[in-house]
Amino acid sequence: MKSAVLVFPGSNREGDVARALHMVSGVKPAMVWHADTALPPGTDLVVLPGGFSYGDYLRCGAIAARAPIMEAVRAHAARGGLVLGICNGFQILCESGLLPGVLVRNARLRFICREALLKVERNDTPFTRRYARGAIVRYPVAHGEGNYTADAATLKRLEEEGRVLFRYVMPDGHRDDAQVLNGAANSIAGIVSEKLNVLGLMPHPENHVDPVVGPTDGRALFESIVGALEKA
Amino acid sequence: MKARVLVTLKSAVLDPQGKAIEGALRSLGVPGVSSVRQGKVFDVELDTSDPAKAEATLKDACEKLLANTVIETYRIELVD
Repeated sequence: MKSAVLVFPGSNREGDVARALHMVSGVKPAMVWHADTALPPGTDLVVLPGGFSYGDYLRCGAIAARAPIMEAVRAHAARGGLVLGICNGFQILCESGLLPGVLVRNARLRFICREALLKVERNDTPFTRRYARGAIVRYPVAHGEGNYTADAATLKRLEEEGRVLFRYVMPDGHRDDAQVLNGAANSIAGIVSEKLNVLGLMPHPENHVDPVVGPTDGRALFESIVGALEKA
Repeated sequence: MKARVLVTLKSAVLDPQGKAIEGALRSLGVPGVSSVRQGKVFDVELDTSDPAKAEATLKDACEKLLANTVIETYRIELVD
């Protein structure tokens, strides 16, 4: 598996996600600078890591979404290549139009840094095939702008097409939109593109891959990607 | 010529920052404020002196970068 991790000025989780990919796939990803105009030949997976690209100036992810490398990412996605955006990476994917909607300030204005409970809504995607359908997993969140918002028609379409892949849930496993930690519409934590090849999510699966650190719920996401690419 | 671009949240979008400011004004005892919405102002200097050209450039700038039209609207004011 050949993966590329994009590095923008202000990205700060690129090392963690590169380590997770290396652990799970056995191959070190290429680190690709935002000002580059091409991905390494044969790239299977592009990762947009978390952080504060361009200091979150203007809007989170707004400037990174217009960086030179994003044209290559767009072309990669159009070919059906896999793209994973985590946290700030999700914000960048929304700003670039690769995923619909937008992530706005958390409803209660606080930066939230803690573990979140998530439901894996489906397991027939390249990102979730190693999870059970409906599995409840724990990934950490660390964001100030993770409140997913889209117009009613977009939300309806996302739900009808089964494109909500991760949803915040309460300890009993049910969603509660009135109590959701950051105010996200329909308790949305992560969505996929129409062709299921672009995933954006606010929580950090790369934090939970090593038993030395604690839970390893995030590992199966990276194993899913490796498995999907082996099969292809 | 000079221009000012105002970017504000669409009325249907919740504005938690505006709400917090509203609450702070209330607690400061500033009377008669029923609602606050926060937005952004961009003061832009343009090479052209042609208002139509300036308007077109700024519209392009808003659509491409200054506003996220999923949640925001923009207004262009030519200042001269």
